[in-house]
Amino acid sequence: MDFAHSFALIAPELLLSVAGLALLLVGAWGGDKSARLVAIAAAAALFGAGFMLVPGLHFGVDGPATLAFGGLIKVDSFALFAKALIYLAAIGALMVAPAFFNSEAAGTERGMRAEYPVLVLFAAVGMGIMVSANDFMTLYLGLELNSLSAYVLAAILRRDTRSGEAGLKYFVLGALASGILLYGMSLLYGFTGGTAFTAVRAGLTGELGTGALFGVIFVLSGLAFKISAVPFHMWTPDVYEGAPTPVTAFFATAPKVAAVALTARVVFEVFGAQVDAWQQIVMFTALASIIFGALGAIGQENLKRLLAYSSINNVGFILLGLAVANEAGVSAMLVYLFIYVAMSLGSFVALLMLRDENGALFETFADIRGLSVTRPLIAWALLVFMFSLAGIPPLLGFYSKFVVFQATIEAGLVAFGAIAIAASVIGAFYYIKFVKVMFFDEPVDVVTGKSGAAHWVLLGLTAAIVSPLGYLLTPSLTDLADKAAASLFLAV
Amino acid sequence: MEGFPILSLMMLVPLAGALVCLVAGAATARWIALGTTLVTFVLGVLLWSNFQTGGAQWQFTERAELFAGFSWALGIDGIALMLIMLSVFLMPICILASWDAIQKRVGEYMAAFLLMEVLMIGTFSAQDLFLFYIFFEAGLIPMYLIIGVWGGDNRIYASYKFFLYTLLGSVLMLIAMFWMVAEAGTSDIPTLMQYDFPPGAQTWLWLAFFASFAVKVPMWPFHTWLPDAHVQAPTAGSVILAGVLLKLGTYGFVRFSLPMFPEASAQFAWLVFALSMIAVVYTSLVALVQSDMKKLIAYSSVAHMAIVTVGLFAFNVQGLEGAMIVMLSHGLVSAALFLCVGVIYDRLHTREIARYGGLAINMPYYALFFLLFTMASIGLPGTSGFVGEFLALAGIYQASSLVALVATTGIILGAAYMLYLYRRVAFGGQVNEDAAAMRDISVREWAFLAPIAASVLWMGVYPESFLAPMRADIAVLDARLAAAAPASDSALTAGAPRAEAANALSHENGANHSSAEEGAH
Repeated sequence: MDFAHSFALIAPELLLSVAGLALLLVGAWGGDKSARLVAIAAAAALFGAGFMLVPGLHFGVDGPATLAFGGLIKVDSFALFAKALIYLAAIGALMVAPAFFNSEAAGTERGMRAEYPVLVLFAAVGMGIMVSANDFMTLYLGLELNSLSAYVLAAILRRDTRSGEAGLKYFVLGALASGILLYGMSLLYGFTGGTAFTAVRAGLTGELGTGALFGVIFVLSGLAFKISAVPFHMWTPDVYEGAPTPVTAFFATAPKVAAVALTARVVFEVFGAQVDAWQQIVMFTALASIIFGALGAIGQENLKRLLAYSSINNVGFILLGLAVANEAGVSAMLVYLFIYVAMSLGSFVALLMLRDENGALFETFADIRGLSVTRPLIAWALLVFMFSLAGIPPLLGFYSKFVVFQATIEAGLVAFGAIAIAASVIGAFYYIKFVKVMFFDEPVDVVTGKSGAAHWVLLGLTAAIVSPLGYLLTPSLTDLADKAAASLFLAV
Repeated sequence: MEGFPILSLMMLVPLAGALVCLVAGAATARWIALGTTLVTFVLGVLLWSNFQTGGAQWQFTERAELFAGFSWALGIDGIALMLIMLSVFLMPICILASWDAIQKRVGEYMAAFLLMEVLMIGTFSAQDLFLFYIFFEAGLIPMYLIIGVWGGDNRIYASYKFFLYTLLGSVLMLIAMFWMVAEAGTSDIPTLMQYDFPPGAQTWLWLAFFASFAVKVPMWPFHTWLPDAHVQAPTAGSVILAGVLLKLGTYGFVRFSLPMFPEASAQFAWLVFALSMIAVVYTSLVALVQSDMKKLIAYSSVAHMAIVTVGLFAFNVQGLEGAMIVMLSHGLVSAALFLCVGVIYDRLHTREIARYGGLAINMPYYALFFLLFTMASIGLPGTSGFVGEFLALAGIYQASSLVALVATTGIILGAAYMLYLYRRVAFGGQVNEDAAAMRDISVREWAFLAPIAASVLWMGVYPESFLAPMRADIAVLDARLAAAAPASDSALTAGAPRAEAANALSHENGANHSSAEEGAH
């Protein structure tokens, strides 16, 4: 085993782990006064780790050279693409945090705690391991590292009961999901005799026995929990609503990318020989997520809750790409993921900017009435995000739906695509409600707080990506996604 | 024919204007919007004057491969040219019509209108299937805002209804587009217009496109969004909605449904006929009992658009030409009627018919214009309405006398509700003091009513100017449809020729016979 090669492959994870540990010490000795410094350093570490991915992303890497530690980890283009997205989302979550935690209304006595950036770093390491897992053991390690960090993040506002509740709910349900996943893995191990993806795949050829089928279903159920796909989505609205908004922004983006990428890897690399077995499950989950995500959102008054349902709805479209079960579908899914991250991050940043003079956040529709008159820039940005989420051209959200549905139809799943796209109209209903409330209703003028430069930068950046200007990114985005998808299929 | 990219320029000018308006103050925004729309109109005139009638089918083509399967392919034929002209002609009028009526958020309002103009020109000139879809669908955003922000009391309900109805129709069309592109291997519209899809697939594709276009036209029973949207939209919003946006639906039939799926079109012709016949009679009757002027005109729009669809699916040249002229004429006339309503609405702030009366006394010029447009809407000879409806009905008579019969009742009912409206508004005594005190139309109102009146008369007296550019394209379409055209119920069959004419005078026995008959008298 060539350790130098293996370590070179996991250099980003190493960097992030070392940075995380070092910053933990800084935080421990420096106290919460050093939180801002820690956050900046953490963002820099993420940026540096992201920079390490660039050559691999650009040239595309696949084949045996990407295997590390005897095949426990595989750092191919697919993993790199997912990691790049995860790091970007994590940087975003770090950028918006200080202003939120340092405001009086957050209830934190000493402002942001130094643990927050460190936990984000560890979560990012966990997610990096998830997406490059090539063995069920690695998969579980990464998943748990990420999940445990996430549970703490959800509950990080100790004095806020909602935050505590969110953390507890997330933990209990997440543990249940992990249990289901583990049980599925143990079944697969029992029926195939291995935990490595290649070994399990080799054991799953031919007719699928009942036990192995149960293994497949349990593994998929556990993963569906992590990506909050229907019917395992119930925790999402509660956790998203209760968790502090920067943490919600993080949950809605990075872990979604990781879990979706992981699911894609598992279904193709492990269950690749049994497409019929999992395709129906993914198709059902996709459709159910689109429909229930849209229906559940309709009656919501709380904006964070609404965006939680919106994320369930979007997961449906992402899974649509997966359900196609070919390279074009995966590529479309990755493009969708990128655009989804930009849209969600932007929406949550906009929510974070809805604050009064003390920094208390507004979270309901009643508070943003007539926002277009009082805070036109935020309102227009939200308008762009909402129409984009609804998939209205010429915004980039249309492109994400475009590629996914194109892949669906080209694969011959016409009826499936038609039902899914018709259901997307239900989703449009609540997205345009945002616009209605902000633009058509009489202003209430409660949003008076100022926002920091970090928020504006992030809002402007994501809005620019989602606006028609974002189409300029699509050639390179498509190129990267194609390479990533190709590397996933080459391995098979 | 690669030349000066005038179509792109026609979109760039309003787009730039829209961006400037967004940040400009109210007064500047108005002038900028007027300036840009006039410049675009001038460009449109240049476009028309450089269009070679009888030249290549697709002119002013531009093509640039963009990213990810999209290409910036533009080009127009005569049909598109006429509809673009209609759009750029109505735009400055819309801006003028909202000059004083819109007082809040003027910059955003003007920007939304200019954006609409970009999208309409784009829709009519797109030669790439997906580019068409983007333009077609993007219009939802500005129109949603126009209705919702500047509309009447019940605007929110109307804006939701408009948005969701149209979106649901369009997404199914998108699925069909994906399938077509996968099947034909190209998203180039002129190529697809010649591509023969398998008849079985055509059925589904036709239905998917129909879902979108039928909502846009709108055809009965998908029309219910229209009266709400019209009534609640500001005057200029109604003008654009009735003048141009409804034409997107029928344009879709001309550009996609008929040439791309001729067999399915023939198969479903009776569906279209049935819906159109119901629309003509039903919506005309509904229009008769309206007490709100805008609602009345909105329902009359549904009836007129039904004549268009009937003409289109007649599968012959007269029907197609008639349908095109009705589209143009209705674009002008309904726009003008909404403007007429807007003129008095601005003064009295009500659309209730009963609140007016006797306007011919205190507003003679207004009454004159209103009368002209009323007559044009009825289809009086000499106005544009007559030309279009006559051709369309002549076309459909060749296909089915029953449909022609029912559709023609629409003209009679049209006369009934329009004249009834006119009588109540303009004639009779001056029952309402405030209505009697209204002053006649101002210079600004002259400026937007007179050009439409001139165009209506022009199209009525010399329709050749408008038909000539479209003739070749309609002939191509007719040739494409010829193979699939359904059998007609009024086709004349050639009988055995008689030896002599029925009224011929015979020279031998006949002479005696007739004289004998005469003698009997």
